[in-house]
Amino acid sequence: MKKVFIASLALVFALGIGTVGAASRDYISIVGSSTVYPFATVVAENFGKSTSFKTPTIESTGSGGGHKLFGAGVGVEYPDITNSSRRIKKSEFEKAVANGVKEIVEVKVGYDGIVIANSIKAPLFKLSRKDIFLALAKDVPSGNVAGKTVPNPNKTWKDVNPSLPDVKIEVLGPPPTSGTRDAFVELAMEGGAKKFSWIADLKGKDKKAYKALCHTIREDGAYIEAGENDNLIVQKLDANKDVLGIFGFSFLDQNADKLQGALIDGVAPEFEAIADGSYPVSRPLFFYVKKAHVGSIPGIKEFLAEFTSEKAWGDNGYLTDKGLIPMPEAERKKFRQAVENLTPLSGSEL
Amino acid sequence: MNNHSRDNHAGRNNDAGKSHISTSTKAAAASTMDIVNQGLSRRYNAEKRFRLYGICAIILSMAFLAMLFISIIGNGYTAFQQTFVKLDIFLDPETIDAQSLQDVNYQAMVKQSLGAMFPEVKTRAQKRELYGMVSTGAAFQLQDFVRKNQQMIGSVIQLWVPADDDVDMLIKGHISRDVPETERRIKDVHLSWIDRLQEQERIQKRFNTTFFTAGDSREPELAGILGAVSGSFYTLIITLVLSFPIGVATAVYLEEFAPKNRWTDIIEVNINNLAAVPSIVYGLLGLAVFLNFFGLPRSVPLVGGFVLTLMTLPTIIIAGRAALKSVPPSIREAALGVGASKTQMVVHHVLPLALPGMLTGTIIGMAQALGETAPLLMIGMVAFIVDIPGGFTDPSTVLPVQIFLWADSPERAFLERTSAAIMVLLAFLVTMNAVAVFLRKKFERRW
Repeated sequence: MKKVFIASLALVFALGIGTVGAASRDYISIVGSSTVYPFATVVAENFGKSTSFKTPTIESTGSGGGHKLFGAGVGVEYPDITNSSRRIKKSEFEKAVANGVKEIVEVKVGYDGIVIANSIKAPLFKLSRKDIFLALAKDVPSGNVAGKTVPNPNKTWKDVNPSLPDVKIEVLGPPPTSGTRDAFVELAMEGGAKKFSWIADLKGKDKKAYKALCHTIREDGAYIEAGENDNLIVQKLDANKDVLGIFGFSFLDQNADKLQGALIDGVAPEFEAIADGSYPVSRPLFFYVKKAHVGSIPGIKEFLAEFTSEKAWGDNGYLTDKGLIPMPEAERKKFRQAVENLTPLSGSEL
Repeated sequence: MNNHSRDNHAGRNNDAGKSHISTSTKAAAASTMDIVNQGLSRRYNAEKRFRLYGICAIILSMAFLAMLFISIIGNGYTAFQQTFVKLDIFLDPETIDAQSLQDVNYQAMVKQSLGAMFPEVKTRAQKRELYGMVSTGAAFQLQDFVRKNQQMIGSVIQLWVPADDDVDMLIKGHISRDVPETERRIKDVHLSWIDRLQEQERIQKRFNTTFFTAGDSREPELAGILGAVSGSFYTLIITLVLSFPIGVATAVYLEEFAPKNRWTDIIEVNINNLAAVPSIVYGLLGLAVFLNFFGLPRSVPLVGGFVLTLMTLPTIIIAGRAALKSVPPSIREAALGVGASKTQMVVHHVLPLALPGMLTGTIIGMAQALGETAPLLMIGMVAFIVDIPGGFTDPSTVLPVQIFLWADSPERAFLERTSAAIMVLLAFLVTMNAVAVFLRKKFERRW
């Protein structure tokens, strides 16, 4: 018995020490946004199958979590690539540089639309961004007096805009940790708030108050945080036709037999409308590559080539089948060039 | 009320005088019986109600359990079958160079075969739709086939390749043909193709071996659980190898050797507390200690096993101590009495008798570790990993994490695969718990 104890303990310690000693990695490690995750995984899988390199591992940590891990340092224990559903922040870039990650290559992947959808059994919503702001903000302007706000009194969509149905406001959406939520408040809510001229003026005067007003979602139960699981939202919308949900375009695309996307400012969330920018709530998706790792971790260059190839991110590429909205050709060319030359991002661009 | 009436009776009896003592006691006895009888039906009813509550509770919990199983099995059983399409492929010796099988364009051969079946499809857009009917894995399957059967080059082969997940969903009835075309992912033109394939008996549901032999994939028809199952296996091996000896040694020392003083009390309280700590905390600890301090790699079963060891240790220690406590002191006294040392007493007599109980605790701890995702999130095991891990330091994920990842995927076909993976996980858990019960029944001794 004792011998077994000692032998097994020794074995485990030997294993542990063995791995510390052999600190090398022969696969690409990718972290970051859960929105880019479905696209990056497809590329990774195709890359793994069609080359002799190992398939990269991809973690879905959220954009912020990804930048934190990515910018922690250079070396095999740190990820090589981070996905991001927004551009890297200046603070994140500076932190990375301070940790020794001096050269970061930025690659834009394409666009993603954020949709507000409801069950196909219910009437189609035609919203403006102002309606969205008035329905979901914590505080809304009161009357026509500049600077005066009241806690959101709107209970039904009809209260927001008389042309909308008389249905209780109930919206399922992502929690504050989500990049989708960041983009939604920035593009839809802020876009709607700016329709009030005094709020638009506030931006120049008191940026903090402006942000607090535009970006704070009501907490009285009309907006329900549904976690990061978009499938759950889809199921709930299917079950209750009075509820609206906020999620990425790919989930609408996959569930078109159950859900319909609301028109926003008169534009339906369709592939072409998001690609040409006429649909107002769309955002670019990025990934960032650590230049210092190219060459020391095998396959990064080849992976980048796969990701930026026409068969992946082109107009008819396999990423479009998964719901990615491709960039215009000129933009694709520009980023492919950046990848080939590994042009690093300079802090002044941010 | 009862007391009051009894006092009244007693008072009346006293008034009646001593000559009536015998009758009065009889009357008192009778009245006590009356009182008992009066209350009897109430007590019977209370008893019945109490049992009814218990039965209701059981029925309710069984109903919830049944609901869970019915919904999981109802959603998941179809995942064990997969739709396949039969293709006739000509292995053209001119295009297939036996020397470099890697570089042949197998995708084009699959497309050619599909095109030959539907010669009326001419436009580029339509062709794209047609080629989308079979899985992108078809080309890799063909490549495998050619590599294994090189003598077949030059002949026409018939190959069953997996259909695309949308076709699969239609055949399984998860996509209805009745809804308007614009709302379906399968268009009318697809339906006509599928109907023609069905007429020619080129479309068939078969047992889904891929589900058990492949790693993760973003294509539902190519996704399998083997990668996650082997990740779970390696993680649990590490957990078992570490937590069992450490847990048993701790339990033996605390129970048999440690003096009873304030320090051992503090240790005991802490162990009991640790058993109740939320598992995510162990994940954070693992991130800080194993990854950041020791610099171990992310996403590997080795670190996962370390973290789960921390989590299962309290369970094993507590179960181990309970098992040691149940060994009667006479065994220890007898061993010491015939001259055994304390170590001999423990190793030769007490431990063998307590081991079945310890094993049960260990297996239950392992089952708990098998179902855990939260602590693994922090150390990077919640990740998309395609390659099947071959050892303790290959990146891998575990079964519950796989379920979590699939549940989050937009493709409809992942829904049934999620349920199927849950069924596999439940099967493992039930087996482990059954083994624990079996061991307990077989080796348990009662004194």
